[in-house]
Amino acid sequence: MSAEVLVHRELGLTDDELDLIRAELQRGPTYTELAMFSVMWSEHCSYKSSRIHLATLPSEGDRILVGPGEGAGVIEVAPGVAVAWKAESHNHPSFVEPFNGAATGVGGIIRDIVSMGARPIALMDSLRFGELDDARTRYLVDGVVHGISSYGNSVGVPTVGGETVFESCYTDNPLVNVACLGIVEHKLMQGRATGAGNKVLLFGSSTGRDGIGGASVLASAGFDETSLEKRPSVQVGDPFSEKLLIETSLELIRRDLLVGLQDLGAGGISCPSSEMAAKAKVGMDLSLDAVHLREEGMDPFEIMISESQERMLAVVEPRYEAEALAVCAHWGIPARVIGEVTASDRLRVRRDGEVVADVPARALADAAPVVDRPRRRPAWIDGLQAGLPGGDPPDDLAGAILEVLASPSICSKRWIWEQYDHMIFLGTIGPPGGDAAVIRLPEREVAVAISTDGPGRYCFLDPYEGARLAVAESARNVAAVGARPVAITNCLNFGNPEDPEVMWQFEEVVRGISDACIALGTPVTGGNVSFYNETKGRPIYPTPVIGMLGVLDSYRSALGAAFVQEGHQIVLLGSTDPVDLGGSEYAKVIHGTVAGKPPKLDLGAERNLHALLHAAAKQGLVASCHDLSQGGAAVALAECALAAHFGFSIDVSDVSPQGEPHAALFSESPSRVIASCAEEHVQALAELAATHRVPLGVIGVTGGSSLDFGTFAIELSELVRVFEDTLPKTLSASMDR
Amino acid sequence: MTSVGIVVFPGSNCEQDCMRSLSALGASPEMVWHTESALPDVDVVVLPGGFAYGDYLRTGAIARFSPVMDAVSKHAEAGGLVIGICNGFQILCEAGMLPGALRKNAGLKFLCKWTEVRVENAATPFTSRAHLGDVLRIPINHFEGNWYCDPETLGRLRDNGQIVLRYVDNPNGSLESVAGLCNENGNVFGLMPHPERACDAVLGSEDGQVILRSMLDHMRSSVA
Repeated sequence: MSAEVLVHRELGLTDDELDLIRAELQRGPTYTELAMFSVMWSEHCSYKSSRIHLATLPSEGDRILVGPGEGAGVIEVAPGVAVAWKAESHNHPSFVEPFNGAATGVGGIIRDIVSMGARPIALMDSLRFGELDDARTRYLVDGVVHGISSYGNSVGVPTVGGETVFESCYTDNPLVNVACLGIVEHKLMQGRATGAGNKVLLFGSSTGRDGIGGASVLASAGFDETSLEKRPSVQVGDPFSEKLLIETSLELIRRDLLVGLQDLGAGGISCPSSEMAAKAKVGMDLSLDAVHLREEGMDPFEIMISESQERMLAVVEPRYEAEALAVCAHWGIPARVIGEVTASDRLRVRRDGEVVADVPARALADAAPVVDRPRRRPAWIDGLQAGLPGGDPPDDLAGAILEVLASPSICSKRWIWEQYDHMIFLGTIGPPGGDAAVIRLPEREVAVAISTDGPGRYCFLDPYEGARLAVAESARNVAAVGARPVAITNCLNFGNPEDPEVMWQFEEVVRGISDACIALGTPVTGGNVSFYNETKGRPIYPTPVIGMLGVLDSYRSALGAAFVQEGHQIVLLGSTDPVDLGGSEYAKVIHGTVAGKPPKLDLGAERNLHALLHAAAKQGLVASCHDLSQGGAAVALAECALAAHFGFSIDVSDVSPQGEPHAALFSESPSRVIASCAEEHVQALAELAATHRVPLGVIGVTGGSSLDFGTFAIELSELVRVFEDTLPKTLSASMDR
Repeated sequence: MTSVGIVVFPGSNCEQDCMRSLSALGASPEMVWHTESALPDVDVVVLPGGFAYGDYLRTGAIARFSPVMDAVSKHAEAGGLVIGICNGFQILCEAGMLPGALRKNAGLKFLCKWTEVRVENAATPFTSRAHLGDVLRIPINHFEGNWYCDPETLGRLRDNGQIVLRYVDNPNGSLESVAGLCNENGNVFGLMPHPERACDAVLGSEDGQVILRSMLDHMRSSVA
């Protein structure tokens, strides 16, 4: 019954790992067992390369009810009100098949949230592609956006924001990171299989051959010319079933019928069965004859690792079995009792009465080898940092501003977010296009602000500083809408961990996130790691995407980026260093360079700014507020005007007394926002800023039909055209052919 | 108090939003599962937005065969009010309770955005609180909102005043910019915009209340 000696390599297991499996079992593994180990011990499921580093992240705090290691982190946002928040990547499937890859990414993160007993109420997407002059990139953008739109809209969860970035390093390896917010409805659930004799209930779609080996084949290896042959490993999504699965799961929980619940994703049935048993220190007997199958003739190993979508595994006391099955039947969701919890510690799987797998649950779930991979600081990084980010000042500063605002990463993303239902549930107080999405919780005064950020260029130049900047910016985004930043989730997207330089980037990024999260008081509640993001040996920029969650005591105090009224004073909070052009949007768009050091960040100054904004929003001193990030003051001011539909007049020398005008306007110094307020509030705001030790400068006044920078001006109508046209022109034209 | 039944098909997803917005206006809605063959004693039936049965085949093509649809049809024949919002409008067209059909948007993209619609007939039970020519700001959220019918039907609809709402700036290619229309008796109304999403100033508009309140008024006056 032992598997062929070399089969393990085909399944992605190393010779050493096979030896470990033999030691755990004290015999050779069966083919089914080998397949189960191959998915559970894959990089994607076991975090073997990242685990020792992730352990250094801060994960505790007063508000954290559930930290890393469960389906999603759970955070208390008001007394008795808890939300689940989690981000996950679906990069590799989205490159192979953009529509279904992105769609099933949405489905997967929704099930993570449901598994905690929470109703999903908002989605965010953090997308990265190559440059838009590449035809396949345009196809990928259209496919990914359509996949998210098709799945998210149908399943009935609003997609409320995110980010879309275009850089050539993502051409052959786009990043599709999806985050989901949920509100715990009845009670918090966890993935535990407590209680020998309890029934194991598999409910949801039938199990087929789609997605066999997704975790081990797609997500845990790089790409080459044969990648498109991996298309059969991409799963196919069915949002209709997912919608019914959400309602079924929440009703089972509301009726108190479940002992434990976990979703099925990477690793198929193998994952929740072994993890739920291991966490509860019990065993599980499963019969594959009971699993409802999509097609005939499936082998036991296929059933155990199939990643067919829209399925959940629950543990139910025998006395509630009939009622649980009836709830599933009401919603038209197929359900079968496929096994029982046992007092042993083994996961035992039978087919036609024959045992096809018999392994300690802990061995699958927790015993994957932890690897401390070698790390090496790349020699090229010194030369990169010594480079000059800018060149000569632009001859035409107005033209440069328009060019930066038209660049795909900065321009309006309306073409994308208008394809997403961002309004369902009547909670989207701060819609897409702002710094952070503001979501009013159903029937409550409290609101949460969510934002995703991942400055890949900064992290490429200096992974440690870049990661700190990522956390700071995402926190500033939620602070800018009046929220208090409280916790993060993350997706860490990197190249091949077997490359010591990639592993060094990873370690530096984790160290940066850790330091910033400690300083800002925002623990890490979980997330995911995606390695092997490279094509033909060329890694992507190290790209940690930070999903920040902030809390507003009342949705009524939420602030927007748009100037509210003509004649308001424009205030710059924070200080500008004109040298901060390394990795900037200006340097890339105008000079075609990614070089120098990223902007300098003082986390103390960042925290002071957040405290000031929270106090100012509560006291009603500011009418609008907008974070400064990519593109600096030039882009931020333009966005405030674009959203307001009227212009402003400022004096550039008030932004920064030193440096040339272009440097003052395009510097990406962190810890800054543009606020506007009524003239009578300026004095009070200045005093509040002084007590929080935040520099404040009044730089101009709102109003008029142009953006008047003192020495030059841009008509707002011209700006609107440039800002709104880029994506529709590039993408609709290429798709209409 | 006006009683409202909100029909829930598997795959409906705007039923809770309809419930909340109607409750806030003083109605007492209850959910009606699609397998029911009789309606509870209600004045108004709402077919909410969503993707009934996943809408994989064609919007509304399967939902029209749900057992509850016979009861909805009888309710309408007896003069009761029926409003179909978005997917509900699509289902009413499939069921033959409203004329025409809804095709994919002209731009072949899903669209979720604010639109302005002009009231073309203020004498229906769904627009009595508006004046002819009023412009309401209500969002759309659909892939298949491009309404179409044959020329003879169109002429008849015009003559009868059945075209109730038109887009000011047609977002989806709909024939004659039709955004909402009613049956000949005026008691069955379908529209692509979502009035339940425009009942709270903090979300961007309260204009949806004009339609929902008109509908609730009508029942109050006819019951009294």
